[in-house]
Amino acid sequence: MNAMSATLAVLVPLLPFLASAGGLLTGRSAPALARPLAVLPTLASAALAIALAVRLGPGGTLDGGTRLTPTGSVPIELSLHVDGFAALIAVLVGVVACCVQVYSTSYLREDPRYASYAALVSLFTAAMLLVVYSGDLIVLLVGWEVMGICSYFLVGHHWETEDARAASIKAFLVTKLGDVPFLFGLFLLGADAGSFRITDVLHAAADGRLHHPTLIALLLLCGVAGKSAQFPLHTWLPDAMAGPTPVSALIHAATMVAAGIYLVARLLPVFLLSGAALVVLAVMAAVTMVGSAVCALAQDDIKRVLAYSTVGQLGYMAGALAAGNRDAAVFHLITHGAFKALLFLSAGVVIHAAHTNSITAMARMPGLRTKVPDAFWTMTLGLLALAGIPPFSGFFSKESVLTAAEHAATGETHGVPEFAGWLVLVAGLVTALLTAAYATRLWLVAFWPRTAADRAAADPAEETGGAPAREADPHAHAHADAHPAEPAAMRRPLWLLAIPTIALGVTGLRADWLPAWFDGVSLRPSWTTAVLGTCVALLGAAGCWLAWRRAVAGAVQAPAGTAALPDETPADLAIAPGGPALPETELPGLPAPDPAPLLLGPLLAPAARGLGVDRLYDRCVVRPVTAAASLVRFLDREVVEGYVQGAGWLPRALGWLTRRAQNGNPQSYVSALLAGSVLVVLLVAVIAR
Amino acid sequence: MNAVLIALLALPLAGALATLSPRLLDGDRALRFGVAVTGAELALAIALAAGFDYHHAARMQAVTDADWIPAIGVRFHLGTDGVSLPLLVLTALLTFLCALYSLRNLPAGPGRPGPRAFTGLLLLLECGMLATFATLDLLLFFVAFEVVLVPMYFLIARWGGENRGRAAFRFILYTMLGSALMLLGFLLIGLHAGTFDITTLAARHGAGIPHTTQVLAVLSIGLGLAVKAPMFPLHSWLPDAHTAAPTVGSVLLAGVLLKMGTYGFVRILLPAAPDGMAAFAPYLGAFAVAGILYGSLACLALARRGAGGDLKRLIAFSSVGHMGFVLLGIATLSPTGVNGALYANIGHGLITGLLFFLVGAVKDRYGSSDLDRLAGRTGAALYGRAPRLGALLGFGAVASLGLPGLAGFWGELLAMLGSFHPAAGLSRSTFLVFMVLAGLGTVLTAAYLLTVVRRVCMGDPAEPAPALAERGGVLADVRGYEFASWTPLVVLTVLAGLWPAAILGLSNPAVKALLGAG
Repeated sequence: MNAMSATLAVLVPLLPFLASAGGLLTGRSAPALARPLAVLPTLASAALAIALAVRLGPGGTLDGGTRLTPTGSVPIELSLHVDGFAALIAVLVGVVACCVQVYSTSYLREDPRYASYAALVSLFTAAMLLVVYSGDLIVLLVGWEVMGICSYFLVGHHWETEDARAASIKAFLVTKLGDVPFLFGLFLLGADAGSFRITDVLHAAADGRLHHPTLIALLLLCGVAGKSAQFPLHTWLPDAMAGPTPVSALIHAATMVAAGIYLVARLLPVFLLSGAALVVLAVMAAVTMVGSAVCALAQDDIKRVLAYSTVGQLGYMAGALAAGNRDAAVFHLITHGAFKALLFLSAGVVIHAAHTNSITAMARMPGLRTKVPDAFWTMTLGLLALAGIPPFSGFFSKESVLTAAEHAATGETHGVPEFAGWLVLVAGLVTALLTAAYATRLWLVAFWPRTAADRAAADPAEETGGAPAREADPHAHAHADAHPAEPAAMRRPLWLLAIPTIALGVTGLRADWLPAWFDGVSLRPSWTTAVLGTCVALLGAAGCWLAWRRAVAGAVQAPAGTAALPDETPADLAIAPGGPALPETELPGLPAPDPAPLLLGPLLAPAARGLGVDRLYDRCVVRPVTAAASLVRFLDREVVEGYVQGAGWLPRALGWLTRRAQNGNPQSYVSALLAGSVLVVLLVAVIAR
Repeated sequence: MNAVLIALLALPLAGALATLSPRLLDGDRALRFGVAVTGAELALAIALAAGFDYHHAARMQAVTDADWIPAIGVRFHLGTDGVSLPLLVLTALLTFLCALYSLRNLPAGPGRPGPRAFTGLLLLLECGMLATFATLDLLLFFVAFEVVLVPMYFLIARWGGENRGRAAFRFILYTMLGSALMLLGFLLIGLHAGTFDITTLAARHGAGIPHTTQVLAVLSIGLGLAVKAPMFPLHSWLPDAHTAAPTVGSVLLAGVLLKMGTYGFVRILLPAAPDGMAAFAPYLGAFAVAGILYGSLACLALARRGAGGDLKRLIAFSSVGHMGFVLLGIATLSPTGVNGALYANIGHGLITGLLFFLVGAVKDRYGSSDLDRLAGRTGAALYGRAPRLGALLGFGAVASLGLPGLAGFWGELLAMLGSFHPAAGLSRSTFLVFMVLAGLGTVLTAAYLLTVVRRVCMGDPAEPAPALAERGGVLADVRGYEFASWTPLVVLTVLAGLWPAAILGLSNPAVKALLGAG
């Protein structure tokens, strides 16, 4: 039984790893192999992950390991530690990776670099599965950093473009900046516990053998902030949108960003030893949540909106951890994984069809809804889940986070400062409002275009106060016919992911369902937060809708444009392979109605630029480092080189002196001889006395 | 077993002598002869590793111990243990790959001697390098250490690129100056201890050598070894030598010659003069960390657009940074740190060897290794123009920045873990500062290597690169002989990264014995 489970657990990360090795080796010589090599091992790995979860069952754990290498002090072990958290997250990773791989076969059909792309996606999956199952912290670190390099390569997939080149390097360096303190945190943890094994570390935490819990927790948090894109190390994630859309789905839903939250969840007993660390985590989560939601409201690029929404949702998870409840955090991690993968993949279909990332550009395209109905409907479901509208999965998991914060705030959670609970609760409610607002804005602006035809019929329709005008432009259908529907490989994963997006939330309701896999803490939302959270979300959606109506009215009355046309609309056509761009649609010159300026006011411009965090990094990190590099260049040229040259000067001077003496003049030779003899005689005379 | 080790040293020497006969080996036959001899050497090294008793990695094996110069007690003492075995195999492998590579890619032209001279020098070099790692007598070690300089001087001065005369001259003067100091130190130790035998000295752990003598000996020997390693600020011969050296010379210089310096620290100074090392460890650590930061900052400056940085010079400076990790590991005087140093030695040999091969190939194709001329405005787009070469360069860079799962990682990790727990008697807080600075160095290392990848591998393929346009605009991808000589390095980089116990399992018992910790 145990050996069988261990074999399963080893195979789960191993299969995608072997697939990636095979893909990288054969990619150029046998391109026909690339597709099966990408999809089949990932499918098998997902199936095995499910099988392992079923075998273990709720409450089951699997531990095992073997010595990887001696180090001269604390050895490093290749070990497994699978519990309910690990088993379920591995299932999530496997399923999302399958969807992404299947989707990519079609999305990157014409990409000449598909083979290496798919191999890197497999490696990415394998690394995440290693992080999930590993029972040794240093081996976990291996998976952790391999994910970093995979994200670097995948974000830089379109390396022909400046954006991708800059974003890829930024993604790696910002996360690496967090990984260094993280490594030191692991050292300290290993030193205090006497072992790098997670089970030993947890025992040590329980026995009170960890002597520096606050320092350990803070150091680890640096790495978590980098990986899980928390303030102030979140800036890489929005830029990482330069990568292909399926990669974004993978990074945001199942791998990379999930790793940080997962790690804290695994080591939560260590964090609970330090109230200070929990407060820091709570502050980090609160700032991240609210800041990212404000930024999301101002973005024009559909993928950047989703990216900032990921940052915010990760903030919720971090908030739940700060409130001492890892069940809620992982619950939200799993539901978010499902609906965020769905959102990105459907956004990919939309981008594919619209040939632009800009939602205001989409707003000028009639008939987008009818052209990609699957994407429209699944995206609607995903946005409802994101906004936390009952009964979608996002509602339940978000409410469980808010409930956890409420418990912490009222002092019911042992070891968690009440302040942390209050902070998370208030920030969570504010974020719920903003999240609903930007989800609504995305949906309205992208899918409910105000074209000339609409506008002609607009006033009567709006007087009746009904929903936005339904009738689509007549030649939208013509478009839809001319442009064939998206292939099944791109549509099916959407509906597969739609199922958990709708239904996963209810699994938290009964204590013997999802909570049985975790610590057994109830995940049922309390009435206070459920009502409060839902009201706030509806309020946000309604506010956004009203603002949009005003923007529409403004645009109709003054076509020259009161509604702002965001100045930067990077139509990332490199992403949409093949096919010419749609003819610049019906109303090229007119601004699209956008509720963001009304909602954000003067905050719009800074929020669109990410609230200036990038500029801060430029000032505080990039410039000092470049200055130091210039200084070193100067030192090497002038100082180090100088003493070498100086050392060369001494023998040259001595040589010059001795050459002087060899002047070929017998008189001076004889004089020197005489002087020397006199000197010798004098010396002998002096010494003899 | 001891016959294998003796054959390992005798064969290249005999081969080098054979190349003196012009009738026997003329033209390309000499190159093929070189491949055959170095191939046989590699087989011998593998045989040595296969016959090695892994359960007693701390014990000297394949030992030959005979009188050599009885008058001053110098013995012909050879042997290998877990510390030197990986280095012997690495040396044999790299030399073989270099011989293979030169079969098709030997710089020729006016002023350059023919292939016969090249093969002879390569074999002599191999003999010296292997002897350095196999000798167990101080004076024999010195002889082997010096033998290496002569062929390397000629490799740089005769087959090198621009400024080769000056660079070779500086290389030999600089290292000779260090060697002179080292010899004085050897004599000092030998006269006080009454023996030049390294194993005897190691077994005594410094007993019988007064503290001041140890300090003096470590200072003089350490300076000689630090020039070779190279340790900041004694590194300035290295970038020039690498920039001017031919590809093969660069590979062996970085892959093996630098290791001779750090190997000397571990083999001789750590066990024979522990008090002296303890006195100097904080300074060694400080210079090591300064080297890490200095090397990576210099690389960053070279990688910047408009700096006119040379790619070979950049990789050379990266060696200063990487060897900083090795020296830091040694400075901790702890088993973990020294294990890390030995592992980093091997990792750096594999990865930087590969990088110099790749950069040499880029220089061959473009006729220049000036980054600005290669990259143009957006980048050289090797991923698109020569996908395999680009991918290998990307791999090399990623391995060099210490990605876990590849050979560069474990050495850096253990060096930092070692400075987290330095040996008893060293100031913990000092070494914690070193550790933090070294961690910062890993970020800077990642920054410059990824900048290089960005400027060389990425870029807009539609944009013409200035250096390429002059050469007809066509870029050949990896050729057969290049593939053959690079693949083993790639494979070993991955294997060593995935299975670190292959090296650490060997070095750990030996290191513990050297440090007297059991």
